Amino acid sequence: MATRLQFENSCEIGVFSKLTNAYCLVAIGGSENFYSTFESELAGIIPVIKTSIGGTRIIGRLCAGNKNGLLLPHTTTDQELQHLRNSLPDGVVVQRIDERLSALGNCIACNDHVALTHTDLDKETEEMIADVLGVEVFRQTIAGNILVGSYCSFSNRGGLVHPHTSIEDLDELSTLLQVPLVAGTVNRGSEVIAAGLTVNDWTAFCGSDTTATELSVIESVFKLREAQPSAIVDEMRKSLIDSYV
Amino acid sequence: MAEVSGMFTVQQTIGSVLCCKCGILMQPNAANMCAKCLRSEVDITEGLQKHVVIIHCPECDSYLQPPRSWIKAQLESKELLTFCIKRLKNLNKVKLMNAEFIWTEPHSKRINVRLRVQKEVLNGAVLEQTYTVEYVVQDQMCESCSKVQANPDQWVAAVQLRQHVSHRRTFFYLEQLILKHEAANRAIKIQQLVQGIDFFFAHRSHALKFVDFVSRVVPVRSRNDKQLVSHDHKSNNFNYKYTFSVEICPICREDLICLPPKVAASLGNVGPLVICTKVSNSIALLDPFTLRHCFLDADQYWRASFKPLLSSRQLVEYVVLDVDVVSEEVNIGGAKYVLADIQVARVSDFGKNDTMFSVRTHLGHLLHPGDYALGYDLYRANNNDIELDKYKGLVLPEVILIKKSYEEKRQKKRGKHRSWKLKSLNMEVDNSGKGRDQEQKLNSEYEQFLRDLEENPDLRFNISLYRNKEYQRSEVTSIADGEDVPSIPLEELLADLDLSDIDVEEDCIRE
Repeated sequence: MATRLQFENSCEIGVFSKLTNAYCLVAIGGSENFYSTFESELAGIIPVIKTSIGGTRIIGRLCAGNKNGLLLPHTTTDQELQHLRNSLPDGVVVQRIDERLSALGNCIACNDHVALTHTDLDKETEEMIADVLGVEVFRQTIAGNILVGSYCSFSNRGGLVHPHTSIEDLDELSTLLQVPLVAGTVNRGSEVIAAGLTVNDWTAFCGSDTTATELSVIESVFKLREAQPSAIVDEMRKSLIDSYV
Repeated sequence: MAEVSGMFTVQQTIGSVLCCKCGILMQPNAANMCAKCLRSEVDITEGLQKHVVIIHCPECDSYLQPPRSWIKAQLESKELLTFCIKRLKNLNKVKLMNAEFIWTEPHSKRINVRLRVQKEVLNGAVLEQTYTVEYVVQDQMCESCSKVQANPDQWVAAVQLRQHVSHRRTFFYLEQLILKHEAANRAIKIQQLVQGIDFFFAHRSHALKFVDFVSRVVPVRSRNDKQLVSHDHKSNNFNYKYTFSVEICPICREDLICLPPKVAASLGNVGPLVICTKVSNSIALLDPFTLRHCFLDADQYWRASFKPLLSSRQLVEYVVLDVDVVSEEVNIGGAKYVLADIQVARVSDFGKNDTMFSVRTHLGHLLHPGDYALGYDLYRANNNDIELDKYKGLVLPEVILIKKSYEEKRQKKRGKHRSWKLKSLNMEVDNSGKGRDQEQKLNSEYEQFLRDLEENPDLRFNISLYRNKEYQRSEVTSIADGEDVPSIPLEELLADLDLSDIDVEEDCIRE
């Protein structure tokens, strides 16, 4: 199921959080609401870790990761690196990389098998991505945008890309990623998909401006309904009880 | 471009996304919303005027462009559409694509205009929208129409111009002066009366200005009165009707005057029989026997206020038989005079008796034997002038010649048009109780006035003569003292500016 939420009155929740199949990072905010929404969805399944990167809260845009590893920009402090190493599960490799384009979240989009990267990333970075995240790396653009990390968001089951992506591009990308892709929007027509949406294989979080239509597109392309069949039964039971009461 | 450079490019097929609000399939746009949803989300006509009041003059079919200009426009015309669009505020915030009238009944006093506007909304999406503006037409007369429609009887000040003489020559002349100086432009009504003209004005100051003008061109005596029409004692407002009674001195050009002894003494014992040669704001007097001349201003005149002994209607025609020049040519105030002893006989006596008069005259330079001259026949005149009686032992001359007569030559020219014409004031004439002879008299006086203008360059110095378009003859002469009848040279005439045929009729130009 996809959840709608806000970070301190901002709908760009993908900026302030990072969700993978193995862990979830959230920014340290003034209010506990943001964290607790994640916590209530993910508690007991994967760890939800509050952190900052390089002293900033825009962690979603600065780091890139999947269930295998986490890449941090060179601005990350040793303390933060240590905190993350301590908090993350043992199987997750945490690596700080020395890349000129330090907003790794904007430059890299990945699931557990494939990564799309900014065309100008260093060779070393590319190798590092392949090693740490255990993915195949493709240098790509999305609808003419080089910030692939910003304009698309995909899991192992599906993906949402920039609405202006042509059908040929969509075909090419879905061939590379081996997942179905769809062009769409979040946050009431926003094209910056990754900023408004953070997703893993069984759940998604999106900005509170996201409309029902967008939500249904997200849920269907990421196959979130089938992800937890028990959830549907729960939902039905809830409404039944509701009508009894 | 890519094909030209031979580079391989993938064909780009534009995909489709779901509208973020209603979920219908559509081409992606800047707002990623379908046009309907976008329209429901944002109203680009917000803040634009949908109801405007425009002011329309029903008389001349024009519309008020604030602050004060009026634009003539027909219904459904291009001009009206331009005017309507210009009246809309904030229209510069959107891009106007199209405008058209929606037909409405003319008497509904509504003009509907459908406008199509474009505006950029929500990160670069351009939205186009059509809306209707309703103009409420309010009728209000424009200044010029209301001026025409206003009741002309609503005068506040009246100037009653009077001259107690038996002819209207002075008023003919004054009329031309007023026209030339546009002195009576603000008069709302001008009425011609028996011994004068009444001018009506809407403001006292206009009347005062007019009185001032008149007193600068003729010797006048004036007094004014006011009558209380209404008053509001709470706000101390008083409405008066003002009347200015202006009397023009009865002395006219060519009048024979017997000066009262006191006046004659104050002028250095001139006269006492003098001729008035010119009337402006002062009166010019000439002693025909000595060629002495003097001026009387209005104050001096009204202190004595004498009347003429004989006036131009009593002029008698004489034939000059013999001229004997006495003096050299004398120049007095721009006019030439030569003293001469002349033998004359009345034209009426010619062939009946041998009565001849031997007189001294100031017209020696004009008269030659055989000429005709006009003069006062004192020999036959029956005077009962008080001033004359005061002079004991004054020997009256038998004849005083005033001017040369061109009557004989005029008769040859009779029926021919003049090469010039005058404008006339738009006067109301009260014709009730007047016969045809009155009208004939007026016409003959006007003809006399026109002749005077021809003979006297001095007189036409101040007035505007207009070229008569109907007059075709090319041989125009201007010899005032020659053998031919004097006429006015072409270069003194003004071309009359007429914009349309109607104007000519309105000006009621008398030939």
